[in-house]
Amino acid sequence: MRQGIAAFGAGLLFAAGLVVGGMTQPSKVVGFLDFFGDWDPSLVLVMAGAIAVHAVLFRVVSRRKSPLLAEVFHVPSRRDLTLPLVLGSGLFGIGWGLGGFCPGPGLVSLVTGGQEALAFVASMGAGMLVYEAAQTLGRRAKRARGATDASATEQLAADALAPTANPIDAVSKG
Amino acid sequence: MENFTPYASLAGGLLIGLSATVLLLFNGRVAGISGIVWGAVSAKKDQAFWRWAFLAGLLAGGASMMALTPSLFAVTYDRTLPMVIAAGVFVGFGVRLGSGCTSGHGVCGLSRLSPRSLVATLTFIATGAITVFVVRAMMGGAA
Repeated sequence: MRQGIAAFGAGLLFAAGLVVGGMTQPSKVVGFLDFFGDWDPSLVLVMAGAIAVHAVLFRVVSRRKSPLLAEVFHVPSRRDLTLPLVLGSGLFGIGWGLGGFCPGPGLVSLVTGGQEALAFVASMGAGMLVYEAAQTLGRRAKRARGATDASATEQLAADALAPTANPIDAVSKG
Repeated sequence: MENFTPYASLAGGLLIGLSATVLLLFNGRVAGISGIVWGAVSAKKDQAFWRWAFLAGLLAGGASMMALTPSLFAVTYDRTLPMVIAAGVFVGFGVRLGSGCTSGHGVCGLSRLSPRSLVATLTFIATGAITVFVVRAMMGGAA
């Protein structure tokens, strides 16, 4: 319960920051990504401000043995640079530039009831589910490959993943 | 640079950094929105609770800001609804495959000097910029 209150407070602050920073105006996001046009550097300051505060306070908080309301810190420790990391971030960037929303501002913008925010969040959920389905199929194919003929199941996995990796491509081909 | 809002954007950034710190200090968690969203629907009930509370706070904060300054939610651009829908699918799939979005990698990860987050952030800014460039070219320079 107390963790819920802390998280609710953090959510409030986060939303206020996104809105004040201009992130809920997709035209500003597009303007930031428009390096070759009428560039709007505002988002540089959103990121710089957030990092300036959190980089310092992260160090301070990390000196504690544990968080105030939990046993341990859950902070990612991986340092390996992988293909999924780059591919996934690349796809995310395409969506970011195309729609001008990233997940946080998309969710916050739901309160407007506007069709852009509703469509964005719904299709973002769909994209997450597609990823999950592809993962499940990939795992299943991997198990099958262990038991039976390798080449056939590899094709199965490739078929299962192909349309999901690039939905636009799949649609235009279909 | 006519739309540049340096002070507001810096203030917004400070609030986001503060929010990430609150979540870390109290709950020991990283303020990555995409991870929180996915965790809310997929984690076990006791681990989903704080995530739903965070999302509720996000919406409550949004609603308060909407009541105060609706102009900060203006959607004024040339994107069509099908483009926004495609964008959502790319974002949803991409953040899961890439383990994070602007908040998790761009703010929290960079604050920890994570090499993974640096690569992720440079990558999504690069593909985002290319996408904006291509979209404008395709729409006849009207972006």
